[in-house]
Amino acid sequence: MRNETVNVPKRAAALISGGLDSMLAAKVVLDQGVDVEGINFFTGFCVEGHTHAIRKRGRSREKRNNALWVAEQLGIKLHIVDVIDEYKDIVLNPKHGYGANLNPCLDCKIFMVNKALTQDVLDRGFDFVITGEVIGQRPKSQRADTMPVIARESGAGDRLLRPLCALNLPPTLPEREGWVDRDQLFGFHGRDRKPQMALAESFGFSDYAQPAGGCCFLTDERYAGKLADLWDARGVRDYDFDDIMLLKVGRHIRPAPHYKLIVGREEGENNFLAGYRRRFVHLDTVSHTGPLTLIDGEPTDADLVLAARIAARYSQGRTAAEVSVNVHRPSGVSAELRVAPMLPTELNPAWHVGG
Amino acid sequence: MKGSQKPHGAPTTRLDARGLLCPLPVIRTQDRVRMLKVGDVLEVVATDPGVLHDIPAWCRVHGHRLLVTEQRADDFRFHIEVA
Ligand code: SF4
Repeated sequence: MRNETVNVPKRAAALISGGLDSMLAAKVVLDQGVDVEGINFFTGFCVEGHTHAIRKRGRSREKRNNALWVAEQLGIKLHIVDVIDEYKDIVLNPKHGYGANLNPCLDCKIFMVNKALTQDVLDRGFDFVITGEVIGQRPKSQRADTMPVIARESGAGDRLLRPLCALNLPPTLPEREGWVDRDQLFGFHGRDRKPQMALAESFGFSDYAQPAGGCCFLTDERYAGKLADLWDARGVRDYDFDDIMLLKVGRHIRPAPHYKLIVGREEGENNFLAGYRRRFVHLDTVSHTGPLTLIDGEPTDADLVLAARIAARYSQGRTAAEVSVNVHRPSGVSAELRVAPMLPTELNPAWHVGG
Repeated sequence: MKGSQKPHGAPTTRLDARGLLCPLPVIRTQDRVRMLKVGDVLEVVATDPGVLHDIPAWCRVHGHRLLVTEQRADDFRFHIEVA
């Protein structure tokens, strides 16, 4: 935190997720003459960016990074901070528990506000932090009783300003000191998005991102199911960056606790999975066009036959009597299997990880 | 020594961001640029097509000059002059 200096514009760090609320919150304070810079945290679970790049079907849409887009619209700088490693402790051991899925929203907010306040990305610190939180907007983390918890446990205290719902909260330091005018802040409340949309319109914002669930994959039921399955199968609650990336890609099919298949669903995913070929046993169909399949775990030879039959089931040869599948080991040794594609009735629905 | 000077706009340093998915190439670029001086030129090579949007947007947001954007057979190449 920097020293107080009279007549120097105050500096605020705005948490920018790429969504509308944080964009509006930053804009409201920016318009009051405060020097605002954006901070965006990359946890590895963000819905942003790379998932569009992996999946081909996203290619028709512009692959923009929404946080950068917001910064550009607002004319502010944006610092994207890699917190992949530090964030692990938040996901694995959230003091305040999880939301509907494996989303540790309250701990996550506390972590991000604290990080924003203590960021030394610039030689000067920030006087206060801005978030786009709205009381009642999210059942786990954005409630009247969690707002003070975030302020207190992040260490921000009353240097945490929520411009969109400030009128429902006691005045913070920036308001009391006159760095921002409380009368120009808002008292939004609840899940109704109309006030935000009206404010966006008044600022002339359109084409902003409206993520459905939340800002990250941890709110996604299927994704959370795959992560929980990974922890169960390994007998340890842990992950590395590649684990959480692979959970975003392909069909995950676990015929037995000791191995699972990751089957590419289209060309973009196959290309992405191909980057992992040297680390996993992998299968590709030879006689027919088909997916690239990675095997995570310790499959036996019999397991590989079953895996090959599943891979064949997702190839162009799914109705053929026989499909040739190459099994490649990370050591470089390959073998060809000729298998009958698995029938849909044989594929146990319970094997589909994450539903 | 005159002979050792780089021509204007020639990269002073390089960043290999191949294989990284967005936003990691931008994060690595940002972290590297923070260590450079005004006027230095950074060459970034990346493979995620998302960089075609993200790197120019990041440069615009921070006021850095994008001198080169090149789409090659296997990757994308940028030259960024630090502002
Ligand atoms: S949705 Fe994800 S990124 Fe957003 S607050 Fe919750 S845990 Fe954090």
